Amino acid sequence: MKRHELVEKNIGLMIVLIVVAISFGGLTQIVPLFFQDETTQPVEGLRPYTAVELEGRDIYIREGCVSCHSQMIRPFRSETERYGHYSVAGESVWEHPFLWGSKRTGPDLARVGERYSDDWHRAHLINPRDVVPESKMPAYPWLQENVLDGKYTARKMEVMRKLGVPYTDEDIAGAREAVRGVSEMDALIAYLQHLGTVISDRR
Amino acid sequence: MSNFWSWYIIVLTVVFLVLITWLLFATRKGQKPDQTTQTMGHAYDGIEEYDNPLPRWWFMLFVATLVFTVIYLILYPGMGKFPGVLGWTQVNQYEREVERAEARFEPIYAKYRDMSIADVARDEEARRIGQRLFATNCSVCHGSDARGAFGFPDLTDNDWLWGGEPEQILTTLRQGRQATMAAWLPVIGEDGVRATAAYVRSLSGLETEGADLERGKQIFATNCVACHGPEGKGNHLLGAPNLTDDVWLYGSSTMQVEHTIRAGRNGNMPSQAHLGDDKLHMLAAYVYSLSLEDK
Repeated sequence: MKRHELVEKNIGLMIVLIVVAISFGGLTQIVPLFFQDETTQPVEGLRPYTAVELEGRDIYIREGCVSCHSQMIRPFRSETERYGHYSVAGESVWEHPFLWGSKRTGPDLARVGERYSDDWHRAHLINPRDVVPESKMPAYPWLQENVLDGKYTARKMEVMRKLGVPYTDEDIAGAREAVRGVSEMDALIAYLQHLGTVISDRR
Repeated sequence: MSNFWSWYIIVLTVVFLVLITWLLFATRKGQKPDQTTQTMGHAYDGIEEYDNPLPRWWFMLFVATLVFTVIYLILYPGMGKFPGVLGWTQVNQYEREVERAEARFEPIYAKYRDMSIADVARDEEARRIGQRLFATNCSVCHGSDARGAFGFPDLTDNDWLWGGEPEQILTTLRQGRQATMAAWLPVIGEDGVRATAAYVRSLSGLETEGADLERGKQIFATNCVACHGPEGKGNHLLGAPNLTDDVWLYGSSTMQVEHTIRAGRNGNMPSQAHLGDDKLHMLAAYVYSLSLEDK
């Protein structure tokens, strides 16, 4: 077939045709999601992270927690029995970037909030084996010593607002004060204790 | 999903299906059906190519995927708002799974539902069930052997912060517990902390050489008896521990006791009400059984 040969011998044309072929998948499966209420509207009761929680989230990212902990409960009974109500898209609309993860060396954390006491988290982060002898999680003792200064907190919140998170001017104005002097440990625990607590029948 | 996006998906899906079907058949046109020795007429580094059609089985695989696509899009959701004739959704699959499990476990829970917690605690099978529930939900703080850790109570001894009667255990599980011991440094000062710590240690016969026990006793009588009682035996209603035994949730060394008095303690047991009454019943019985001697 002559036209076939034309494509085979003209790499530029082949690239264009490949892009066209592949983009059909994205156009039908991904693009509509940008315009669906299920994926763009927050679930009822969702609130943006406080300044301290937002800093805690950045520590979660910095320490690479997402490499071993997912935040995505799938709709299987085996998961909901252990972790709680399956995750829904409306819980993640203000997550930039989302931390769903894809690797579970440790348990899923999507609904870890309010599940353990603050003291437990503190003991566990300083040395996981103090509370869970079988644990292979690394220890993070420096979180207790490092103190946040809140230098960039307001800017982070401004960026989040540009991305669509409804922070008010007061939120941003008070951010530095709220964060200054808080230990990284407390910030991370504040973040963890809020995770997944929005859906009321959470487990 | 709005009508626009529904049709958008349907049209794109159909157009793409038609296009690949066309492509599959168009590239096959003009080819000889049988094996040929005729080459394509080009040679690269002496390598030539026969002008053969796609093998038939391979071609049929492509056709099979197209047929599969059509059947799939009829049975399952995919074409915009069309839900598929099977009515399958992610959520109803999950709900069916949960229903099946509940139907399976319901008779087991029903067997124990009307038994008292104390009776369930003496049932071998029930304890095995409770042990599994404990491992999933409680062991992270209390340990897989239920012996607790620093700050997390041992459940196998017969010493209880909030009471060890079956109903008290059930209440602890259902409502959670929040202990509050204030930080006493601002009230009694550093010297007071030292003296009180020594006195508290002396209550359970620990070494207190050189300490001002008389002062500690006074401070204790003024500030601590409200929760811990005049003899330091504690109070289950407040979660105040007995200070006269040798069970120490936050350590018994002078440094640890002083720190507890200086900074206070706020032990927190989160509510487990989300587990539902049936599981709480089994768990309460299991925890109760741990310190039973005649199980």
